[in-house]
This record gives sequence, structure tokens and C-alpha cells, in this order.
Amino acid sequence: MSGIVIIGTGLAGYTLAREFRKLDKETPLTLVTADDGAFYSKPMLSNAFASNKDPEALISQSAEAMAGQLDARILTRRRVAAIDTAARQVRLEDGESLDYGRLVLAVGAEPIRLSYEGDGADAVLSVNSREDYGRFREAIEGVGHVAVIGPGLIGCEFANDLRGSGREVDVIGPDTAPLGRLVPEAAGRAIQKGLEAAGIRFHLETVVKRIDRKDTGFRLSLDNGETVEAGAILSAVGLRPDTRLAREAGLEVDRGIVLDRTLATSAEGVYALGDCAQVAGLVLPYVMPIMHAARALAKTLAGEPTQVSYPAMPVVVKTPAHPVVVAPPAPGAVGEWKIESVGEGVRAVFSQGDEVGGFVLTGAEAVKEKQALSKQVPAVL
Amino acid sequence: MRKWECVVCGFIYDEAVGMPEDGIAAGTRWEDIPENWECPECGVAKADFEMVLVAA
Ligand SMILES: Cc1cc2nc3c(=O)[nH]c(=O)nc-3n(C[C@H](O)[C@H](O)[C@H](O)COP(=O)(O)OP(=O)(O)OC[C@H]3O[C@@H](n4cnc5c(N)ncnc54)[C@H](O)[C@@H]3O)c2cc1C
Repeated sequence: MSGIVIIGTGLAGYTLAREFRKLDKETPLTLVTADDGAFYSKPMLSNAFASNKDPEALISQSAEAMAGQLDARILTRRRVAAIDTAARQVRLEDGESLDYGRLVLAVGAEPIRLSYEGDGADAVLSVNSREDYGRFREAIEGVGHVAVIGPGLIGCEFANDLRGSGREVDVIGPDTAPLGRLVPEAAGRAIQKGLEAAGIRFHLETVVKRIDRKDTGFRLSLDNGETVEAGAILSAVGLRPDTRLAREAGLEVDRGIVLDRTLATSAEGVYALGDCAQVAGLVLPYVMPIMHAARALAKTLAGEPTQVSYPAMPVVVKTPAHPVVVAPPAPGAVGEWKIESVGEGVRAVFSQGDEVGGFVLTGAEAVKEKQALSKQVPAVL
Repeated sequence: MRKWECVVCGFIYDEAVGMPEDGIAAGTRWEDIPENWECPECGVAKADFEMVLVAA
């Protein structure tokens, strides 16, 4: 039988390979990646400015070192163009084909890009890889003022980090409060106050309409009539699971690549995990689900079919100016938010009777309750 | 007493503080934490991604 091919060398691809090698040292393993295959921690991208880390400093292992450790072949800077599930082959952009016995898609997600009027629109950057981070670092070299589009989790983390590096930061978005998609409004307001106290400015309930070049920088014209001047612009308006290869190969896709709890796609012998995945209806683009998925899938690939389970997985938002922990209630969960002030922030608990369904803690005082509350929320899957 | 940082998510384990809620008493040395322990914030295994020593 031919071996296992993994597309992608992010946390998903590499963690799966490590877990698999703990169980099976024989089956040939090939990883293919469009990037340089260096192993790095993506969450560190949004706290690397304040500590002034360059892109090289974020690498913990080179692709060669990973290949040695994993006893795997790693093809770097090779993009997969198509998958032929009938022939069990992946075709690379340069024309070469690889046969697979089992195939795993760990291709991640792509930043959503919005379009704007004006001659500065093409200068908007997103950061979803180490290479993106390098480009953005160059763009903010010597720049004292950065505009961040998108007041969500990643936008707030970057805003805090850029502010921590001594820059002026303006954050813009249509939400009524930061982290609008994850937390109730009162919690979002507390986060906003905490970040404003650190000197970050918010322009909410409005969107960027135009971006024009002005002197060496840009002028952003907002829908509410305000303007913001900045030397660089970061977009953090969300990620979309990369479903292209899967869709073109005829696999079932929805918001992400559709998977059952064994992480199997609709095609025989093809699996997926990570930011590209939709597991039992859930798209959860965080590290913790990847670790659980990788351990389950490694067992399945080693011959012991295993369903993934997710425990409660509170997300820690890396905003040191106002720390936040979020354990969102399950979609459609019934209950009510109860919100109280604690120190500088809030404690918000979603419950139905005695049953805690989720929580949000904001501010240094409130987050101390993380451990205790995490024990009360139900497992995610 | 030392501090260890998770290379993936930045979680800090402080030996002096331990993690009493999770049954790891204050003062527990890194070496004495079981190998099957996982980072409480991102779930990486102790053995896989090594916590790095950040302060003595
Ligand atoms: C700034 C930032 C901060 C974050 N902070 C946190 C945090 O604090 N906590 C947390 O839990 N999560 C955090 N996340 C989310 C977390 O980092 C991601 O969930 C995780 O890194 C995704 O890993 P992945 O392997 O699925 O995808 P990726 O890391 O995107 O890897 C995708 C891989 O697929 C390859 N690829 C794609 N298409 C092809 C192709 N056609 N051919 C060949 N190769 C291909 C790419 O080259 C890459 O190697 C953060 C994310 C960002 C962007």
C-alpha cells in the first residue's frame, strides 16, 4: 500500500505527522507545502512586534530538521493544484504527481479581503503566515501610526501588540463593540475601555470606504465621515477555510471541508483537520481543536478508527492591556447572559438554571476565574 | 524556582505558583509534571513542543 500524503505544514499538518509517528514508524509519510515548511507558532504572530521578533526568530525548526525528526519526505514551495480521488493522486502545480494511500488536507484558511475605493486600497495587508508577518514588518518599519481594520479577536491582538511596540493604533469596524462575534456587548465594551486606556482608538459602527495615498502614508475615509491617517494598514476581518482543492475534487464542502467525527471527508481515504475543517458542523480555527483532532486522526490512520472529542476549550485572547478569556456557548444553546463588573472588567456567564453553557472574563481580575469556570462548561463535542 | 513558556501559545508555567486547581501543587518542578500533561491553553503535549525556560 502506498503511504500517507499530508498537504500543509502548519500546526495541523505537523502535529498530525508527529502524533502519527508515535504510533507508526513504518508507513511512508510525505508532506507537501506551498511555503518553506519551517515550523513556527502562528499564535506568536500577534505578539511578536512588542518583543521585536523578526520572522526568522519565530522559526522553531527548519523543514529539513522536521523531515529528519518525522522520518518523512517534505516537499517545500510546491503547491498542490488538484486531487484525483479516483486515481488516488495529487497533482502539483509543476506537473509532478504523488500517489497516496491515504490523503490529509491541512491547508488552513485564507484571510477575507474586502475591497475599497481609492489608490491606496492595494496597500492593505493581512497576516496569516510567517511570510505575511515579514511583509507587514517591513511595511511598518519606521511607521508610527497603524490602522487596523476589524475589531475582532485577531484585530484586537494586533492592535495591542502594535501599541505595545510604541505605535499609534486606530481600529475600525462595523461592530458595536470589539469581539462582537464572540462576546455579549457589555463584555465588548469593557474590552474596548481596557484597550482605550492603553491608548488604542476605536472607530466602531462604521466601515472604511476609501483609502487614498497621502504623502508617505494613507488617508482612510470612513462611512461616518471621519478620516484616519496611518502609515500602514492591517486588515483582520476574518478567515475563510480554504476549501478550493476539496471542492474541485468533488468533496463535500460547506463553510469548511465537511467531516464526520473521524475527520473523514466524503471521499474514501481522504481526511482533513485544522483551519480548513468543519468537524460535525463546527469550524473552530484554534490550536486546541487541532491538537485533539491530530491525536484522533493519528490513531485512525494507524489502524484504530477513532472519533475526535473536544473538551471545553476556552480561548485566551492575547490582549495584555486587558486580558480576555472566552468560552462561547454552543450555537443555538438556550440560556441567558448574566453580566457583572469585576475589577476593571466583567464576568459574563451564560447559563440556564444551574447549567453553565459558556462564559467571558475580561480584565486581569476576572480572568483569574478561568480555571474554575472552565470546569463547569460542557464539552464542545 | 523557574518559569517555562509554551512555544506555541505563550502560556507560562511558574513552578513557584503551580496549578493548584489542576492538582499541580505550588512548587512542583517542571521535571515532576507527568509526560502526558498538556498545555492548559492550547493543548500541546509536554513532550512535543517543549516549554522553554524563560526565567530562573
Ligand atoms: C495572528 C494569529 C493569532 C492567533 N492566535 C491564536 C491563539 O492565541 N490561540 C489559538 O488557539 N489560535 C490562534 N490562532 C489560530 C491558529 O494559529 C490556527 O488555528 C492554526 O495555526 C491553523 O493551523 P493550520 O495548520 O490549520 O493552518 P495553516 O497554518 O494556515 O497551514 C496551512 C498550510 O497549508 C499549506 N497549503 C495551503 N494550500 C496549499 C496547496 N494548495 N498546496 C500545498 N500546500 C498548501 C500552507 O503552505 C501551510 O503550510 C491565531 C491565528 C492568527 C492568524
